[in-house]
Amino acid sequence: MVRLITHNLLACHVKGCTSNNFPLEFKDVQVVLRESEFNPDFLRGFIPKLEWPALVGAARELGDTSLPDQLPEMLDDDFLKTLHHVLLEIHVEEGIMICPNCKHNYPVSNGIPNMLLAEHEIG
Amino acid sequence: MSRPELIAPPEIYYGDTEAKKYTKNTRNQQIQADMTYRALELLNLPPDEPAFLLDIGCGSGLSGEILDEQGYIWTGVDIAPSMLEVALEREVEGDLFLQDIGQGFGFRPGSFDGAISISVLQWLLNAETSHPTSSPPHRLTRFFTTLHSSLRNPSRAVFQFYPSSDDQIQLITSIAQKAGFGGGLVVDYPNSKKAKKVFLCLYVGGGGGQQQLPEGLDGEEEVDGGKARFERRREREKGKNGKRKGLKDKDWILKKKELYRKRGKESVPRDSKFTGRKRRPVF
Repeated sequence: MVRLITHNLLACHVKGCTSNNFPLEFKDVQVVLRESEFNPDFLRGFIPKLEWPALVGAARELGDTSLPDQLPEMLDDDFLKTLHHVLLEIHVEEGIMICPNCKHNYPVSNGIPNMLLAEHEIG
Repeated sequence: MSRPELIAPPEIYYGDTEAKKYTKNTRNQQIQADMTYRALELLNLPPDEPAFLLDIGCGSGLSGEILDEQGYIWTGVDIAPSMLEVALEREVEGDLFLQDIGQGFGFRPGSFDGAISISVLQWLLNAETSHPTSSPPHRLTRFFTTLHSSLRNPSRAVFQFYPSSDDQIQLITSIAQKAGFGGGLVVDYPNSKKAKKVFLCLYVGGGGGQQQLPEGLDGEEEVDGGKARFERRREREKGKNGKRKGLKDKDWILKKKELYRKRGKESVPRDSKFTGRKRRPVF
């Protein structure tokens, strides 16, 4: 159940991996779409927290090209609905997330990413 | 009081059977739900604003279910795969992560509007290996510093936990303070052995003024805490003059006789003015 909303917040936390550790890249992913309730107020509050280019990139990696390159000034309902779909309805079920800097692999199985580190990777 | 954290590390203790058992136990569900509501109360989020919360040690999603119900969007982390599997079966709404909180989080700064954690911190207080990164102070430091940075300013994090000594409380609060948190301990029902609950209430930022630590619940405990279960009923039976009504009084005897007659029992004595009357002492 990695949704893009959490993927957009997730950086690599391996010891010493502090720059260029975001966003994690997807590999060999299986995606499932699940509908969820549309909540425009939540989205409006959440937009300032989003790293927009990373979100657009991740969505394209998963084959969804509905988002514009730039965050539009006007937040109309149509745009919020597309954003809702990308953020909350696309679930990554299986695959691997790879840190762009240290190449640490975080496997995703059954929708749950394994974020455990080995002893030497703990900061 | 049982202390499962002394038996085995969480990912082993909460194996398949224990995870199912824990989740099905209605008493656990009730306690977890009560503590989650109280933690949300202490979190003091602005009403009518959908918040994005972190559930630390979400387990099988017992507390997450309540977050769903209250309309929050949340992300849960836990170290026990079996517990997460149960959470998947129960179809909770939040995103789940398999993560050791003692290794720290990788969330971007300011990700969450708040964090709750129910019955988790005590699990961080045991060293599993002799490696320096598995000593409790190191793990707590890593946990609190990464958590502090992933919370928004201002926001709160509320942890319910079961400390086994004052030293443990001291260790946890001092490390949390070093990580930059304000706040402190809130103890509900401090004088009750059964109902006592310890909450660690931590603040990120204060927005100028000092944040006020909420008061712990005190005094009359709700839900039969302290009193034996059927005490109230017994008290009612005592009647007005404080004397306990006899259990086998005339009414009771008549009822019983009626019942026996209805069942067709033979030789039920007939009712008279002497039925159920007290024998006077002979002298």
